[in-house]
Amino acid sequence: MNRRWYSAPYIVWSLIFVVVPLLVVAYYGLTAQSADGSLEFSLENFKRFFTPLYLGVLWRSALYAAISTVICLLLGYPAAMILASKDLKHKSVMMFLIVIPMWMNLLLRTYSWLTLLENQGLINQFLRFIGVLGKEQSIQFLYSEGAVIFGMVYNFLPFMILPIYSVMSKMDYSIINAAEDLGANKFNVFKKVTFPLSIPGIYSGITMVFVPAITTFAISSILSGNNVNLLGNVIEKQFLVGNDWNFGSTMSLVLMIFILLSLVIMPDSEKESQGGMII
Amino acid sequence: MSNAIIELKNISKSFGEEDILENFSVEIERHAFVTILGPSGCGKTTMLRLIGGFEVPDEGQILFDGEDITSLPPYKRRLNTVFQKYALFPHMNVFDNVAFGLTIKKVDKKIIKEKVSEVLKLVNLSGFEKRSVDSLSGGQQQRIAIARALVNEPEVLLLDEPLGALDLKLRQEMQLELKKIQTKLGITFIYVTHDQEEALTMSDEVIVMNNGKIQQKGSPIDIYNEPQNAFVASFIGESNIIDGIMQKDFLVEIAGTEFECLDKGFDDNEPVDVVIRPEDIKFDKQNGKIPGVVNSVIFKGVHYEMRITAADFDWIVQSTTMEPEGTEVYLDFYPNDIHIMKKVK
Repeated sequence: MNRRWYSAPYIVWSLIFVVVPLLVVAYYGLTAQSADGSLEFSLENFKRFFTPLYLGVLWRSALYAAISTVICLLLGYPAAMILASKDLKHKSVMMFLIVIPMWMNLLLRTYSWLTLLENQGLINQFLRFIGVLGKEQSIQFLYSEGAVIFGMVYNFLPFMILPIYSVMSKMDYSIINAAEDLGANKFNVFKKVTFPLSIPGIYSGITMVFVPAITTFAISSILSGNNVNLLGNVIEKQFLVGNDWNFGSTMSLVLMIFILLSLVIMPDSEKESQGGMII
Repeated sequence: MSNAIIELKNISKSFGEEDILENFSVEIERHAFVTILGPSGCGKTTMLRLIGGFEVPDEGQILFDGEDITSLPPYKRRLNTVFQKYALFPHMNVFDNVAFGLTIKKVDKKIIKEKVSEVLKLVNLSGFEKRSVDSLSGGQQQRIAIARALVNEPEVLLLDEPLGALDLKLRQEMQLELKKIQTKLGITFIYVTHDQEEALTMSDEVIVMNNGKIQQKGSPIDIYNEPQNAFVASFIGESNIIDGIMQKDFLVEIAGTEFECLDKGFDDNEPVDVVIRPEDIKFDKQNGKIPGVVNSVIFKGVHYEMRITAADFDWIVQSTTMEPEGTEVYLDFYPNDIHIMKKVK
């Protein structure tokens, strides 16, 4: 049997659902409507994008994504380390708690935070109940940049924890023993052995958080009440409101190239054998 | 002052329900090559990990040079370990691996460089500094692991079946080399293995363990020639272990026949285990005491190995001469080749 045929379904699948849509986006992105209504090749939309208004949106999107990625890393790394530690009890329960939100739709999860964070929501009620807030007071959580970043961190944190956990749990424990044996205390073991060996997991985690964070539009529009416009929101509007598919496609292309470039800048960790991709 | 560098006193250690060591005591002599020999699961690796500080005993005391180190973490102990699967740092080259211990101690860079090249020379890997550890063969990796431990000039080197993953020829080479290194440096080696040949080749002293207990402690020659019980006899080399009756001092009955022996101190007519090494059995077509028949003959290179059935027992006999299958022979033993052991109850 020719084994190459086994990959046929995959090839067909990616042709239909990856290559063709990409070509369509590229086609729309590189064309503009002419006077008679037909599409002709044009870089007009790129010119339009590289103006302060849209560059500002790109910058903001990248900034928010970067901030959420850093927060995810700061929260996720210790969590992954604790999960991977040898003598953790109830490990499967903890794993379960981290993974279970991923079983729900992102929109549902994000909408549920609306009810938690709103002025009459559970959190404000609780703060009033324990007396941190006065009777009529409430904290304005929602409709802010903070809420958007919070939503990103909340939604994408598991994607940071899991690859780092995966690399760490595969680490040969005798290597850590060896470092201790050679005189390294806990801090030095971390600095010289555990951390350097977990870097492939960190790179995977950063990729898996940064990419969805920079492209999101649902989280920002729900939690900011459309106050914060990220690139994803602007693109969405071109298609659904402005009915300018050409400009929307151009922006998608630019975003794709931007993501590609930012991944290229990252040191090439994936080549180093045990990359932490788990999905 | 006692000559022991390491003492384990009444150590107990269990993992979950399983008691690995119970009230275990042993002394390791200074400057010696000591081998802990036993089948897997006998507690030998646990013992080594206790000395290394990777496990803490449930009860008992570990002394290093008379000092209590029972609860000292590994990084504060003046000893180093060579691990079973080398455990080299995959993200460092050979130099950084070997220099690890000295770098942690913030030794001067020039001195580190000198010491690393010195120790690499000791393990015959001069010039390998810049190589990545992945590019090395198993034997070379093991040498690096040994160099990485030795460069710290430990007073005791712990070795946990370090040659287990190597092929036979390389293993034999490394055995000689390890012994040479130990003699040259004059430090204590504690070597854990399940390979009896390895133990006999290298050691000044062998400690035979089974089920968390010391079966015998002594020089390789003593262990081989004077096994103290049937376990040691069967674990070290091949043995014929047969029931006998100690009629009186210096006289034992084997398979209904009386033999002179060198043992005494048993009760009259006490049932005993008799151990006779395969190479110590005499066989002859005319003269001898126990009649038997050659069952099979296998050529093993230096010697032949025969199975001879005599007195309802299947004797393993090794000799440079042989009798063909089916030959009727008589077996006999010299008094000093008969080893009498108390029956284990």
